[in-house]
Amino acid sequence: MRHASTGKGKAEQFEAIFLPYLDSAYNLARWLTRNEHDAQDVVQESYLRALEAFGGFHTERDGRPWLLRIVRNTCYTWLRRNRPAELVTGAVDVAEEAIDSGANIESAMIEKANSELIRRALEEIEVEYREVLILREWEGQSYKEIAQIVDVPLGTVMSRLSRGRRELQRRLCPATETNK
Amino acid sequence: MSCQDNQGLLDAYLDGELDLAASLEVERHLEHCTGCQSRKARFEQLGQALRQPDLYARAPAGLDNRIRESLRTRDKQATPGLTRGWLTAAAAVAALVICSFLLMRNSLRPAEEDLIKSEVASGHIRSLMANHLTDVLSSDQHTVKPWFNGKLDFTPVVTDLREKGFPLIGGRLDYLDNRPVAALLYKRNQHPINLFEWPAAAVSKPRTDTIRGYNIIHWSQSGMTFWAISDLNARELGDFVHDLEQ
Repeated sequence: MRHASTGKGKAEQFEAIFLPYLDSAYNLARWLTRNEHDAQDVVQESYLRALEAFGGFHTERDGRPWLLRIVRNTCYTWLRRNRPAELVTGAVDVAEEAIDSGANIESAMIEKANSELIRRALEEIEVEYREVLILREWEGQSYKEIAQIVDVPLGTVMSRLSRGRRELQRRLCPATETNK
Repeated sequence: MSCQDNQGLLDAYLDGELDLAASLEVERHLEHCTGCQSRKARFEQLGQALRQPDLYARAPAGLDNRIRESLRTRDKQATPGLTRGWLTAAAAVAALVICSFLLMRNSLRPAEEDLIKSEVASGHIRSLMANHLTDVLSSDQHTVKPWFNGKLDFTPVVTDLREKGFPLIGGRLDYLDNRPVAALLYKRNQHPINLFEWPAAAVSKPRTDTIRGYNIIHWSQSGMTFWAISDLNARELGDFVHDLEQ
């Protein structure tokens, strides 16, 4: 059933559904733009875009992935305009490179990795990896939902997550690499 | 399963995204592969490290009000005051029409069906990704059918269509629509066809659809519901379903 069936104002109804996801929207925008002020602008723009598209939203659906898809696209528009270099990436989706085998557990420990270190590592990795990791680890989105938000096939979600995690590990504990 | 195959699968397993059969396969591999055991340990560490609460960027105070304000401004611009009453009335009538239309349509095609369709596609893709097409590999329907005994609470319909050009390759268990179901694998040349089936009271004619580039046909008859999915073209998949229905 569509949203238009109740007497409440469109904006009020929209707010009731989507403002609870403001933290999710902001967190994604913050990590994709890597800037707090730009993230606020992007989130505001995303909500306005979402309001325009609200007519196509079915209220029985989960609002979070629907909104996050719009936030993600708005972030990409922003990145294309302001940091086009970041979108030219070397992300490899299909051809998996040789895997790091047999690194022993001791050397692979992310010993008390402090959040500053992780923050830096996360900002360094390709935006394709960053976004799927954020959606999975923090927003708890399923592979299927991530596939819809990022608009790629399920298999690509799987390989990007796997590669992204290895990229992070490589940055957080270089010992893993030397032990190859 | 080699570690090479296991790379992305291990992540999918640890994320709880694999079906039962593929999960068991990864678990069997994990038992004796120390490389993957240490990968699993690192996966868990990384997850913990990432989920430190101070890494999550919460929306700053005031952003919600700023957004609420801009939404209301935009909403008013979209529907200027004078015509607003009429628009509301018109919208109410339109909503009524849409609702009754949707209700009628829903009785034929529940939203649930879209959900199952998506699950069927995921099941199909998983079976290809995990290279886990079959649990019982046999082109003989009299081998495949008894294999399901004791694994399911129903007996699946297993037909060999070799003569029609759709040889039966084997069968496996899958989990769809919150229940274990039978998945039969057929092939047309190099195109795998997954046929999912489980009991259902409804009767419906085959309906063709596409999802994520796959053709999918759904129908129900003789107390069973069927979903056929493949990258095969819609016409040949239609032939397959037609032959099955005979």
